[in-house]
Amino acid sequence: MGEHACSLCHIGLENVSVVRGGQTLLHDVSMHIHCGQLTVLIGQNGAGKTTLIRALLGELPHGGEIRHLDGEGRDLPHLCTGYVPQHLQFDREMPVTVMDFMAAAFSRRPVWTGVSRKTKEAVLAALEDVEGKELASRPLGRCSGGEMQRVLLALALHPAPDLLVLDEPVSGVDQNGLKLFLDTVVRLKKSHHMAILLVSHDLRLVREYADHVVLLDKTVLCQGSAEQVFNTPEFDMVFGSGNGEEEG
Amino acid sequence: MEGIYQVMDTLLPFEAFQFTFMKNAFLAILLLTPLLGLLGSMAVNQQMAFFSDALGHSALTGIGLGIVLGMSSDLTAMLIFGIIWAILICVIKQTGAASADTVISVFSSTSIALGLVILSRGGGFAKYSSLLIGDVLAVTPTDLLWLVCALIAGIVLWMVMYNSLLLTSINPSLARSRGIHTRLSEMAFVVLVAVAVMLAIRWVGVMLINALLILPAAAGRNLARNSRQHALYSVLIALVCGIAGLLSAYAWDTSAGAAIVLYAAACYAVSLALRKVRRG
Repeated sequence: MGEHACSLCHIGLENVSVVRGGQTLLHDVSMHIHCGQLTVLIGQNGAGKTTLIRALLGELPHGGEIRHLDGEGRDLPHLCTGYVPQHLQFDREMPVTVMDFMAAAFSRRPVWTGVSRKTKEAVLAALEDVEGKELASRPLGRCSGGEMQRVLLALALHPAPDLLVLDEPVSGVDQNGLKLFLDTVVRLKKSHHMAILLVSHDLRLVREYADHVVLLDKTVLCQGSAEQVFNTPEFDMVFGSGNGEEEG
Repeated sequence: MEGIYQVMDTLLPFEAFQFTFMKNAFLAILLLTPLLGLLGSMAVNQQMAFFSDALGHSALTGIGLGIVLGMSSDLTAMLIFGIIWAILICVIKQTGAASADTVISVFSSTSIALGLVILSRGGGFAKYSSLLIGDVLAVTPTDLLWLVCALIAGIVLWMVMYNSLLLTSINPSLARSRGIHTRLSEMAFVVLVAVAVMLAIRWVGVMLINALLILPAAAGRNLARNSRQHALYSVLIALVCGIAGLLSAYAWDTSAGAAIVLYAAACYAVSLALRKVRRG
């Protein structure tokens, strides 16, 4: 089920496996993350969602293949990945503004010497893209969960990635914040035409936003449209029957 | 050197600076405190205060091993051992085998014990006790040359890797996804801290070296709103406390390292109060 024929590029995972300390965390994961689509990864805690993301980011050694392919199945040279982590564990009292944080990623000039006007403009433009221009001068530690997510999204979009990986927070972001975030993501999906992989815990939002859903438990249990996946016995087994209707 | 001394005589016509050892000490403080201030700002943000403390303690072992191995220079022995020690702590921390503070604690106590065992063999530790307190008046022109090199190297490295370190300290995965070699930049940072600490330790002493690294940066952090202000305030506070401490030590005939640290502690208290006032 669910293999989309797409004339555009995609990221193909073939039999990806991750073994750490003798434990198999993932095995035989095969899926395609298509350009211009929002692919959502769901599964219980410990199902290997974060492990899969880390393998995709090249942080964990893995078996199998992860390839970046064009419409005709030819390898594309380089996969540029933008990553929005689930949560940032950092010292919230750090005297670092959103501008400092983003300028550190945007430019080579060390931010302790100040931020050049060109970089400042680039950062403001990037923040504007995610409706967060007013956050620039805010200390990083004083951004709410939702605001932080938008800052991270703005960062992940520069340079324009082929694949955007979003690890949705389990807590700390209210429903409205999450919706605003996902609306922005969907808008960007259309305007920037990149492949997006989202790890989500909110099944109701998955149903609303996902183009393609992958149910993971150490391996791919099933994949397809939200409707297809939510009506499989595998889904009921993982989340309990009827859970797709209400909440996650 | 003579030229520099003459300039100092013209610029600083004070009684204290008629002595060459005071001139050397003053120059050492001018070179050392900005470096420690800059490095400290990142050490504080990375919550590495305990780490640099452990590094300071490793100086004892460095000197001890230098003696056992028959090395002619204490400084070289301390530098080599300090760098190795820093890298070891960093590697073990990165493997995530135990929580960072446990790893650091193990290293810290091991290095003190090893240093004490070697240095106190035959009951002779008394002659090394100056190492604990330090003596800023013992600075030689050769030391100053070392310091100039360290300051230049430090600032260059600091220009190159600051952004990488900042992103790493906020989120390593995010930093890696942006092509930053997080382990390498962390390693370069701890080596830089190790070099700065080892250079400073003979003048400030094992017991107080960490305070000199951490206190100005911690005070600066209370006042700063962004990274640039943090670096600026840390350096300024370190510099002002350094000079004030040296002059006070001369006036009161006491340990300069300790006087500097007291000034820095006072700055920290004031900064904390100011922060409370500002935040309401």
